[in-house]
Amino acid sequence: MDILVYALYIVAFAMFILGLSGLTAPRSAVRGNKIAAAGMAVAFVATLIHIRETSSWLIIIIALVVGVIIGIPPARKVKMTAVPQLVALFNGVGGGTVALIAWGEFIESDGFTGLHVASGPVLPLVIASLFAAIIGSLSFWGSIVAFMKLQQILPGHPLSVGRLQQPLNAILFLGAVVAAVIVGLGSVSTGADPVWFIAILVVAGILGVTTVLPIGGADMPVVISLLNALTGLSAAAAGLALNNIAMIVAGMIVGASGTILTNLMAKAMNRSILSIVAGGFGGGTKGAASASSGDQIAKSTSAADAAIKLAYANQVIVVPGYGLAVAQAQHAVKDMAKVLEARGIEVKYAIHPVAGRMPGHMNVLLAEADVSYDAMKEMDDINGEFSRTDVTIVIGANDVTNPAARTDPNSPIFGMPVLNVTESRSVIVLKRSMSSGFAGIENPLFFGANTTMLFGDAKKSVAQVTEELKAL
Amino acid sequence: MDYTGFLANIAILVLSGFIGFAVISKVPNTLHTPLMSGTNAIHGIVVLGALVVLGTAENPGLPLQIISFVAIVFGTVNVIGGFVVTDRMLAMFKTRPTSTTMTDGKN
Repeated sequence: MDILVYALYIVAFAMFILGLSGLTAPRSAVRGNKIAAAGMAVAFVATLIHIRETSSWLIIIIALVVGVIIGIPPARKVKMTAVPQLVALFNGVGGGTVALIAWGEFIESDGFTGLHVASGPVLPLVIASLFAAIIGSLSFWGSIVAFMKLQQILPGHPLSVGRLQQPLNAILFLGAVVAAVIVGLGSVSTGADPVWFIAILVVAGILGVTTVLPIGGADMPVVISLLNALTGLSAAAAGLALNNIAMIVAGMIVGASGTILTNLMAKAMNRSILSIVAGGFGGGTKGAASASSGDQIAKSTSAADAAIKLAYANQVIVVPGYGLAVAQAQHAVKDMAKVLEARGIEVKYAIHPVAGRMPGHMNVLLAEADVSYDAMKEMDDINGEFSRTDVTIVIGANDVTNPAARTDPNSPIFGMPVLNVTESRSVIVLKRSMSSGFAGIENPLFFGANTTMLFGDAKKSVAQVTEELKAL
Repeated sequence: MDYTGFLANIAILVLSGFIGFAVISKVPNTLHTPLMSGTNAIHGIVVLGALVVLGTAENPGLPLQIISFVAIVFGTVNVIGGFVVTDRMLAMFKTRPTSTTMTDGKN
């Protein structure tokens, strides 16, 4: 029977890899996800066979039913604009599971002393469990904070204790490691006091909170991606401790892919992962940047004027940002694009890698509104096109269009690759007010000679422009 | 578990890392959200760990039962919710090829 279980695990992880490689192209993605889900079902059945003689069936079945009941409705009903926080939440509970597994093992093996009965590697297994406990707890609490920030239960802007933040985090990390070492040493003799294990979970949890709190909303794509990778790694560690190859393979693949994705995001912002996790955008330079812009005046425009400009364009590029998600303007944008296309105007979408609150956020929203994925252009593909573009409409995007990133060495975001919107003949910026973005950095784009601002809720503004276009 | 088994597991761990890097290296931006959501669902595999811990324990005490219960609930939410929301997201991309031919005629 154990051979059957092992064989099924192999089938399962082969399906994970197959499914995941399907996720790398739009055409095969749906099937890829289904293959991965089927692989999960296979692994699940294998595990049930493995534990078939357990006395805890009742608890297991109730727990599974409760999990399904809690898990499905939000996944079915969540608005596409709220997907980032849902993913953060799902990621968090995964991390929580890992931490609880390690705790359960600690109890079951009497403080890991039970492991010493068997001949074989004990220390690596204890280390793997402790790693799982620390990272699992950190990922759980970090994800919860990320969720609350995105859901706007907590303010999106960075919350930190300033200069003391990094030393505080370092002390917390050391504290978690020390508690883990005490538990590890205890496993050699009679087992450490359970208080120490709980201390690991608590301290790592606080570290998760204090690490994510200082990170601003604009950096959330990186954070969510990083937390996802961490949960994967902790799952692999737990798999090592439990001698479960399906967990090892699945966890490690997620860890590796999450790391790549995190790196891509960080590169798109021209910052290291470390500096993002260390919190805040520049911090010290913020005051200087906002002080210098007092005398500049942005030109505001009306929906009618914007419509006229658009009507006589040959090519229009839409630059979506988080504001589009907040206003849920994706369908309104698609309607406007339809009207423009009916007039023979080419409409393209320029999508910055870190626009929105999670990697690829804008693509999903626009796809929801039935925008063709061929019309969504990545930054490198579209940056050459702005100079041939008559009108660029910036909808709720800010920092990713900031020309200071290219021209002003004093800007905190200098060096970050941005969309070259200023090269187009005219720019219309849809914005609620003149406040600066999440990063708190002034955007010279708003004061540019060929820039006009259309103030108001993005969805309403776009709808008004569409009406004016139809009336022309 | 003996040392050979443990080392085999380490070998699997290392190879999986390389596979993860290889498979994901070229993903278009368009699919970053579904990919993350999909990998997020896959690490829900931890629910197996929770099942194993509770399932292999002889006469589990109340603390272990409570911890495992919560762990299984959490893990199940992660797996089920993760796959469902990924599927919903991807379904939006699915209809694309037909409408593409209409709107992008001039390219």
